[in-house]
Amino acid sequence: MKQLNDILEGIGSTLLLLARAARYVGTLPRQFGRFVEQCYVIGYTTMPIVAVLSFFIGSVLALESGYAAENLGPKQFIGLLVGLSMARELGPMMTAVLLAGRVGSAITAELASMKVYQEVDALETMNIPPARILVLPRLAAILVMMPVLGIVADLVGWFGGAIIAKYTHFISIEPEAYFATMRQFMDFGDVGNGLFKGEIFGFVVVLVCCNIGLSTRGGPREIGASVTKAVVTSLILILVLDFIVSKALMK
Amino acid sequence: MPATTHATRNPFSHAETPAVGVKLEDLCKSFGSFEVLKHITLSVEPGEIFVLMGPSGSGKSVLLKHIVGLELPTSGRVTVDGLDAADETTREKIRMALVFQAGALFNSLSVYDNLALYLREHQLADEAGIREKVMRALQILSLENAAQKFPSELSGGMKKRVAIARALVMEPQLMLYDEPTSELDPVMSATIAEIIATLKDEYHVTTIVVSHDRDLALNIGDRIGILMGGELKFLGTPDELRQSQDPEVVDFLNPKIDLKNPRFKRLETPS
Repeated sequence: MKQLNDILEGIGSTLLLLARAARYVGTLPRQFGRFVEQCYVIGYTTMPIVAVLSFFIGSVLALESGYAAENLGPKQFIGLLVGLSMARELGPMMTAVLLAGRVGSAITAELASMKVYQEVDALETMNIPPARILVLPRLAAILVMMPVLGIVADLVGWFGGAIIAKYTHFISIEPEAYFATMRQFMDFGDVGNGLFKGEIFGFVVVLVCCNIGLSTRGGPREIGASVTKAVVTSLILILVLDFIVSKALMK
Repeated sequence: MPATTHATRNPFSHAETPAVGVKLEDLCKSFGSFEVLKHITLSVEPGEIFVLMGPSGSGKSVLLKHIVGLELPTSGRVTVDGLDAADETTREKIRMALVFQAGALFNSLSVYDNLALYLREHQLADEAGIREKVMRALQILSLENAAQKFPSELSGGMKKRVAIARALVMEPQLMLYDEPTSELDPVMSATIAEIIATLKDEYHVTTIVVSHDRDLALNIGDRIGILMGGELKFLGTPDELRQSQDPEVVDFLNPKIDLKNPRFKRLETPS
């Protein structure tokens, strides 16, 4: 019963925070500096690790499907398989998982420590709503940066697959054949579908991590607890939303 | 002393925004089943220094948070200049500044930016105007050299002074201090007390100080309240406090260290 109560309270406070932040959308032009700073932190610094991860995901996809396809038939379909899996599912999902671990945890830690050391209270007494200067720039930044990260993930993943497909002895298909199947059977809709999913995951991760950070009460020990809670909640939400959104988009 | 050296020109225009009074009407606050504040009724007049004393854990800071609306009453009412403090819009209408016990400076911003944040966010001046106001506030508290430092580089006393400067930049009508002299050496405590009194004299700002610093209370307080166990045990002027015969008040102000009958071994509190 208590857990259910906590979950409902969490959902409620998250939506409330979103509504509060939305009220200040008009102040975004004035906060351009903060927005750019958050784009840098959320997008730019996350990009290398997204690239590394996607490269290996693409590689493994190519490797495993090549291994399985040995007895099954035309190997050039590996290109389509890697392309579709990366674009529609693994690209956005793994980027969001990375985001939760790397950016979400940092956001929660920062906001939780501001809360615990009364900086958030100080903002409120100065009549500067935390939702305006702490939450809104981050939400705006993730909306802009998530598609960029998603595209990087897709491209690097595809190329990772292509390289493995060419240089693995039991696959060895040329990149032309690999990409030809991708071009033939995929369209921008598949990529757009994935980017849309990524956008939702990223937004939810940042919003939830902000809310958990700002809801922290107590001392320094609670900062750690909040970070754990934020990452775990984000991961669960990503997986649940992944199913719901994928299902909805298939109609 | 830093606060007394300047008096030539007042950069903060309080003429058009008079000081405000604060009223607590039958204020009660409980956390769960624990009653922190029990039926407190109290009024602070515009332009006076009210010092709220009391032992640690008696609910002083919680009371202060009710005035700025960071805590909401369980029952009863707090009004500032007639407006309900629990209403978020009160903060927009009345400029209240709270100097937090630990300073609550923004650790990611330099001292200068800490002071400038309020002015920038509310677009109260252009950068040149902000610069003038911030530097003047830093000057009043002898902090000009600390402008570019970060909070982590400051000593405890400097942090408290930066926190006061940050509050001063807001040109508050109501200034609240939470334990402004705790953890400071006696001279720095006296300096802070002088600053509080000087700011009140020069800017006629209503001031509420929460402290258990006896010297501060008796020297700069216009009126003093003593909070014990969530109840107001004493309310009066410093002279009345000095003459008080209430054993709990006397013991609080002049505790005797009695090794033969130590407090922690006494079964019941003195009464």
